Amino acid sequence: MSDVLTPVLSDNWDMPRAWTLESYESTGGYEGLKKALGQTPESVIELVKDSGLRGRGGAGFPTGMKWGFIPQDNPKPKYLVVNADESEPGTCKDIPLMMASPHTLVEGVAISSYAIRANTAFIYVRGEVLHVIRRLQRAVQEAYLAGHLGKDIHGSGYDLDVVVHAGAGAYICGEETALLDSLEGRRGQPRLRPPFPAVAGLYAAPTVINNVESIASVPCIVRNGAGWFSSMGTEKSKGMTLYSLSGHVKRPGQYEAPLGITLRQLLDLSGGMREGAELKFWTPGGSSTPILTAEHLDVPLDYEGVSGAGSMLGTKALQVFDQTTSVVRCVLRWTEFYKHESCGKCTPCREGTWWLVQVLQRLERGAGQEGDIEVLLDMCDNILGRAFCALGDGATSPITSAVQYFREEFEAGMHTPASELFPYQASTVFGAEVSA
Amino acid sequence: MTQETTRPSPDGASTAAQASALLPAETMAELREIAARYPQARSGLLPMLHLVQSVEGRVTPAGIEACAQILGISAAEVSGVATFYTMYKRRPVGDYHVGVCTNTLCAVMGGDLILERLKGHLDVGNDETTEDGKITLEHLECNAACDYAPVVMVNWEFFDNMTPDSAVELVDDLRSGANVHSTRGPRVCTWREAERVLAGYPDGLADDGPAAGPATLAGLQIAREQGWQAPAGADGTARATGTTERGTESPVAAGERADTRRAETETKVEESPADLEHEDEPADQPVDEAGKGDSQ
Repeated sequence: MSDVLTPVLSDNWDMPRAWTLESYESTGGYEGLKKALGQTPESVIELVKDSGLRGRGGAGFPTGMKWGFIPQDNPKPKYLVVNADESEPGTCKDIPLMMASPHTLVEGVAISSYAIRANTAFIYVRGEVLHVIRRLQRAVQEAYLAGHLGKDIHGSGYDLDVVVHAGAGAYICGEETALLDSLEGRRGQPRLRPPFPAVAGLYAAPTVINNVESIASVPCIVRNGAGWFSSMGTEKSKGMTLYSLSGHVKRPGQYEAPLGITLRQLLDLSGGMREGAELKFWTPGGSSTPILTAEHLDVPLDYEGVSGAGSMLGTKALQVFDQTTSVVRCVLRWTEFYKHESCGKCTPCREGTWWLVQVLQRLERGAGQEGDIEVLLDMCDNILGRAFCALGDGATSPITSAVQYFREEFEAGMHTPASELFPYQASTVFGAEVSA
Repeated sequence: MTQETTRPSPDGASTAAQASALLPAETMAELREIAARYPQARSGLLPMLHLVQSVEGRVTPAGIEACAQILGISAAEVSGVATFYTMYKRRPVGDYHVGVCTNTLCAVMGGDLILERLKGHLDVGNDETTEDGKITLEHLECNAACDYAPVVMVNWEFFDNMTPDSAVELVDDLRSGANVHSTRGPRVCTWREAERVLAGYPDGLADDGPAAGPATLAGLQIAREQGWQAPAGADGTARATGTTERGTESPVAAGERADTRRAETETKVEESPADLEHEDEPADQPVDEAGKGDSQ
């Protein structure tokens, strides 16, 4: 059994100037790259397959398998694109990782690009995180100067160029095919699949798109072995991962643990709910994953465990809300978000999210009409599985799950404003402060 | 997408000279430099528009035309991109763009009250600029710092754990020209200077500020206190620092020990059922989820 918390990605975050090359190399940084360059690209792919690493951006697709889909007989250039567009509400793991230790990602980019035989890689980072972008730019520059990137890396004959690319504010660009359109200088709208990006991605060339944490997990696997990685976690969810605890808890933050830890364990470790608070509901992996309640405290937070509880592990963004919180208010706000971020390409999402907001707004102000809950569920049913990409599906998750667990609050919305049932001031972290 | 081959690539000197007139010559040169970073020039459009904003204070018609000419696409195509992304502004932005996160978690934790307070204090609405041209106020969607909620961003730098009072103090300091440092970053620069960094021109401030704030280190600190670490790796150690000695303590005992240093709860950590409970669970996720949510 592993320890309760297993810092690997976060292990150097408390070092002085952790973001610098000097600091990163002092803990063995870039040793993984050197080791990988001494092997064939195929064996690096096999190693990552054997480790059981699954995508940390939400869906949990096996990373090594994704790399294996790249057709090496395709004469076009191959590309690696890192999805650093972390924007899923509640999700806050990749940004602190890149802020504290950008070289972990850069080393992962170098190894992963080598494995898929890409000579150009892009880090697509959301534009709204200026200091993270500074750190990434500097890390890439340092890596070039040290010979970890560029021509003939460490005498291997392998060349790699890395471009840090800042986005411009669009949640949809976290969807991998929308990200590709955005990276090609277009509006970020998802593409029809197939063809999948592995076959026709950036510039219609074979492309791997991976989440930051997935790529950042590669160097430690190369250094320590597939068996080491898979000794952590559960049967089908291997390795350690970053859990992001936020909301009405005593000690919000990043907790790196083997997959399969429970929210109860994490709360106990971190001091529990805030003073006088009881857990009311939580998201396991961002707002697109159906909410759960106190009855799910012991669900193992791995891909299968959360799926078995009717939700998804997602990004492991544990947003925790206490009894002062109005579910209707939260669901409305999330739905407004999806409406705002809908790219407009497909009708179910573009129109559906707009109508969902209309109904939820009146429920929040206590002016709901008979049958509104059925209307909401019916609209969700017409969006889920009918939208062009996962954004539409995600928009329905908070609504259907909230109605499932807290239907009475939606019913109350037909006569009583949510702010009367749950005074909003009580949910804040500064309840005592006189404001607004 | 629309036709892209209708306009010839403006390699000719006359076209370049025509384009030079739109923006200062050095800006035109930098826009071309950005386009040249990519295997296909159009990939440079997003950073190019950031550069336009850094020079013009917003996305101007001249900036759109300049990008279009350099990339050999129509102004309408550039406009289509510029209007899609929320960071591109068509009205002048103040020296300091103050963004208040009002996505669900930050809103509930106090973001809504912070925004209301700032609207009143600055006498502006959402996406409006103060009369002195100093501050543009806007509500934001999730900015990936939920463990520091409620969050305010100034020129895309983090201001963590804000309150209505601290937010008022912040904007007053910004307006008076006082030194204002981000919670986890450097002294804030102007919005235009920030846009230049986003265009890919570093400002040399990467080494300012800490590696991480307290919430980022919360789990690591507990692991350090408890002596918890990842298993030893193939080369004998999972990490270069610290001990390679592996604890033999079970998670149950360790959890109980963790409890003893806290006064507030008696709850015991129960042994994770992770290895026991879901062997019978189907491994597959529903097709919709596994196939579609891949990289979100």
